[in-house]
Amino acid sequence: MKIAVCIKRVADSETRVKVAGDGKSLDDAGVKFILNPYDEFAVEEALQRKEKAGTGEVVVLALGSATAQETIRTALAMGADRGILLQTDAVPADGFVTAQAIATELKAGGPWDLVLFGKMAIDDYNSQVGPMVAELLDLPCVTSVSHLTIENGVATADREIEGAVEVVQCPVPAVITTDKGINEPRYPALKGIMAAKKKPLEVKPVTLGGGSIEVLEMQPPPARKEGKIVGEGAAAVPELVKLLREEAKVL
Amino acid sequence: MAPKYHGVDFYSLDTLLSEEERAVRDTVRTWVDKQLIPVIGDAYIEGHFPKQLIPGMAELGLFGANLPEEYGCAGLNNVAYGLIMQELERGDSGVRSFASVQGALVMYPIYAFGSDEQKRKWLPEMASGKVIGCFGLTEPDYGSNPAGMITTAKESKDGWVLNGAKMWITNGSTAQVAVVWAKTGAQSDANSIRGFLVPTHTRGFSAKDQKGKLSLRASDTSELVLQDVHLAKDAILPKSGGLKSPLMCLTQARYGISWGALGAAMACYDEAVSYSKNRVMFGKPIGGFQLQQARLAEMLTEITKAQLLVLQLGRLKDQGKMTPQQVSLAKRNNVDMATDIARETRRLLGANGILAEYQAMRHLANLESVYTYEGTHDVHTLVLGQEITGISAFE
Repeated sequence: MKIAVCIKRVADSETRVKVAGDGKSLDDAGVKFILNPYDEFAVEEALQRKEKAGTGEVVVLALGSATAQETIRTALAMGADRGILLQTDAVPADGFVTAQAIATELKAGGPWDLVLFGKMAIDDYNSQVGPMVAELLDLPCVTSVSHLTIENGVATADREIEGAVEVVQCPVPAVITTDKGINEPRYPALKGIMAAKKKPLEVKPVTLGGGSIEVLEMQPPPARKEGKIVGEGAAAVPELVKLLREEAKVL
Repeated sequence: MAPKYHGVDFYSLDTLLSEEERAVRDTVRTWVDKQLIPVIGDAYIEGHFPKQLIPGMAELGLFGANLPEEYGCAGLNNVAYGLIMQELERGDSGVRSFASVQGALVMYPIYAFGSDEQKRKWLPEMASGKVIGCFGLTEPDYGSNPAGMITTAKESKDGWVLNGAKMWITNGSTAQVAVVWAKTGAQSDANSIRGFLVPTHTRGFSAKDQKGKLSLRASDTSELVLQDVHLAKDAILPKSGGLKSPLMCLTQARYGISWGALGAAMACYDEAVSYSKNRVMFGKPIGGFQLQQARLAEMLTEITKAQLLVLQLGRLKDQGKMTPQQVSLAKRNNVDMATDIARETRRLLGANGILAEYQAMRHLANLESVYTYEGTHDVHTLVLGQEITGISAFE
């Protein structure tokens, strides 16, 4: 099993982010960055498949600034075998530019038995790069997979859709994007963290095209309106129910 | 559900840590959030160590994490080891104590004073959590004065015979192996103290949990009795010699405690800040009142000083330059300040502060033990007094 896992360094959703002075990017200062949580599922899925097969290689690929090496090492600490950073100044706004760079690298380093992505990055919510890479590699693509089995060259995947589970099949190799529920990502053990330092991490500077999408402006969400305290304890319940029904109209 | 813990880093001390050190800290922090915090309140009230955590702790590599990889340990530096202790005690002092005893008080003496056979036999099993250890030094009548111990080890024709009793032994009733310190010579001869590895199933060895603790309730504390315990010749830790051997172990453990107490203080401060912003009284959050702001400012100041203290202590330890007196200063300062912060947080939380749902009073009660164990606050004061003046107040 030779598996590629494409990951992204993102700001921790627990961090309070600020818009930078240019009004169209985030200020990195004091922000904690993590491995995109959906990509953790992808890394774990790759590791479990390699462990089950008893042989193979898990290669982690990221596109971003030099700081993304730390994110790759998180995946190496979990157990991935080697990492590749496509180094750029910044992650482009246009997912297609990212997808082209990743597809080029995957073509050069392939063939792959499986290519995994998280279903989306928690910073831009685009869910684009995985399917675009599949298209560029001419591979089938199943997104938002919460359960995956692969037998005799056929992948069977569960997708949680509105009110139901959709089960689909496709031949492998394929691009799969992982959703919550597919597995429980492991903690990088302390020995893994130490071992990650010694694993190969190749840094390849890449020059990207301009793309056709531009971020014009970033605005923080509007401040929430102040809440209303209708009273305390059980005595407040009738008033609360009345307001929920008549004012908020949610009951 | 409690709000997510963010750590305390007012002076950007993260920039003084390596990537690995931060990764270790963050891994243990996440583990504590997910595995320890949800169960600790109940374990504390029920009064037992949450044993279900042992396999997870072992899998992460938390036991003897600063010992070499060849024995199945993680081979971390001492700053990373300290950060582990900090994060564990952010959860609970009892759980940190468990890891301290396993790593610093049992694995360390086997590593430092044991034979090659002993190291190969015990260390990998202890790193993997399959064997739990305990450390028997303190006796009912010899706490701050371990040199006076009355437990004896008499050489027989085919080995050793141990007699005596030990008290306040963390993990005593859980352990499969005990490191027991005993005099091999005359009662007055503290230089004859040696360490022995006692499998706890050995005939004549018994352990009974001490009941009625109002502190460290999520930790098992036992009394050990050794009655004609026959051991083979190779049960002795061959390189141990005199009281300085167990004291070396205590220096290791106290180093970890200096970091651990800081973690408890950070947990309390985090809780105090969160509560002061959310609790409304007299029409505004209590954090808007000067008295609470003074409390919080004091806490943040003390935590920041303590962080700098242990970080430099760790760097000295990694360079092989750390002295036991420096460890005394750090243990003394950090446990004392943590106890103060836990108490102030308890008070800031008002009536809610007495509930197990919040952490402050549990930490406060725990820290009263930490204040007393591993060299009481007063003993460390006198260690420093002796270091400063050259005159011992003990004799």
